[in-house]
Amino acid sequence: MAEVNWTALTVFVVLFAFITWLGFAAAKWRAGDLDLLHEWGLGGRRFGTVVTWFLIGGDVYTAYTFIAVPALAFGAGAIAFFAVPYAILIYPILFLVFPRLWYVCHKHQYITAGDFVRGRYGNRWLALAVSITGIVATMPYIALQLVGLQVVIGAMGISGSGYVADVPLLIAFVILAAFTYSSGLRAPASIAIVKDILIYVTAFVAVIAIPIQMGGFDKIFAAVPPAKVLLAVPGPTTTGSYGVYATLVLGSALALFLYPHSITGILSASSGRAVRRNGALLPSYTFMLGLLALMGFFAIATGVGTNPDYAAGFKQFGNSFAVPALFLHSFPSWFVGVAFAAVGIGALVPAAIMSIAAANLYTRNIHREFINKNPSDKEEAQIAKWVSLIVKFGALLFILFVPTQYAIQLQLLGGIWIIQTVPSVMLGVYTRWFNEWALLIGWAVGTAVGTTMAVSVNFAAAYPLAFNGMTFPGYTAFYTVFLNLIIAIVLTPVFNAMGGKRADATVPADYHA
Amino acid sequence: MNGQSTKRSLWSWWYLLLVVQFVFLLCVPSYNRIDPTFIGIPFFYWYQLAWVIISGVLTAIVYFATED
Repeated sequence: MAEVNWTALTVFVVLFAFITWLGFAAAKWRAGDLDLLHEWGLGGRRFGTVVTWFLIGGDVYTAYTFIAVPALAFGAGAIAFFAVPYAILIYPILFLVFPRLWYVCHKHQYITAGDFVRGRYGNRWLALAVSITGIVATMPYIALQLVGLQVVIGAMGISGSGYVADVPLLIAFVILAAFTYSSGLRAPASIAIVKDILIYVTAFVAVIAIPIQMGGFDKIFAAVPPAKVLLAVPGPTTTGSYGVYATLVLGSALALFLYPHSITGILSASSGRAVRRNGALLPSYTFMLGLLALMGFFAIATGVGTNPDYAAGFKQFGNSFAVPALFLHSFPSWFVGVAFAAVGIGALVPAAIMSIAAANLYTRNIHREFINKNPSDKEEAQIAKWVSLIVKFGALLFILFVPTQYAIQLQLLGGIWIIQTVPSVMLGVYTRWFNEWALLIGWAVGTAVGTTMAVSVNFAAAYPLAFNGMTFPGYTAFYTVFLNLIIAIVLTPVFNAMGGKRADATVPADYHA
Repeated sequence: MNGQSTKRSLWSWWYLLLVVQFVFLLCVPSYNRIDPTFIGIPFFYWYQLAWVIISGVLTAIVYFATED
């Protein structure tokens, strides 16, 4: 840790310089008028099947994922593998729900989930709730991307005292902010292609080379403590780790494509067909994610956790240092540079898309709805560009001045919050049965109860729900979205009986080709 | 946008294929074991990795069998 790894750093900087150039050059790619919000914030809805594959892949499988999932395997074992079934089950959901969302948004020129809810239910307050949920859930996610970047920068031996230590992160941040401002969604879309190729190369090299170095998978798994290899078998009065695993999988899968950055990625596709195709093509990323998760075990087997060379890194970054330490231990320096660049660029792509998505939401569903009802097209795009800067700057301040633990806790809460938009958005593309006020109350109760539950278990992902002498520990987001849904179902006939106009700007034919 | 196309795309039995992966993957006790291993990888891990491929194939089948 003490010495700078110059070879790795040089490779890292060269790759970063390349994607910086690419990010700015992207403004001219499939050129459009970047003074229009749908051009800046959705790339003009011009991305075909292949670019959408790279973009959503670059968007969903983030640097934080690559660091945090193996870190969880390294620290806690088998439970970390929940990321794999989770990332499998998101695709049937993508396939069934989101082409419909694409068609209706294309038809009505909607840019955000808030736009859709506004049109579908004619209720600005429900749209506001969905939009604020999206923005607030996204912010800590952006912050965590910067943590991923921080870890690899630290792992290359760049350290300093006080504010000097943060200079590399500041440089990366300025690059990110500048190309996002100037090129909009085209920047992360083009950079995602580079990022995904680098990540694929890294994952496949690691999963082939390291087991060969170690003498096979048998030896690796033999070195992992038995308690970490499998989930603990639950006792007679609890569903234990099985219930936690299954609810984490299902809850996370329901939530994922409701995040604003996922929806931005989907809506920027050039056709609903491109979205459907990607339901079948994107699982290839999940396979890579599974390979990366195994790297937590590789790290255990190589003993990097107790190696004094890496003690400083583990001290500073905790288990998040497992993957960087493994790469430093197993790869030649130049390939360490490639792998770290993959993670670093893997932070910039989602961070850019997330800030664009949050900016779209603010501009369309808060500013235009409540502050300035008739901005010119140019003003609207300009507001979004500024908001994208503010959002990123907020994330940067958070990472520099607030302990990382808070960002992780907020990100967990973000999952609980975003899943509360399932009834309005995900079910909304199928049915207009729900009453909009019933949905709003369901959302409010789900959010409040979910937050309280998470705080009461000190931000553990699972809440031990006790019932009739049995305990059902499970993902808080999963439990509370049920509560939300039940309230919306019960209250819908009540509000309908009270009368009122049923607004819907969409018709069934808007939802398919 | 005529009535016929509305009816046609509402529902297809092929969509039930997409449910299969939910059933198998949410049945956690069925795969929480070591044996049989595959090239030294415990069942728990390679089984779930295998489902990545199966799910992609299932979704591809539904893609070709249905219209958007």
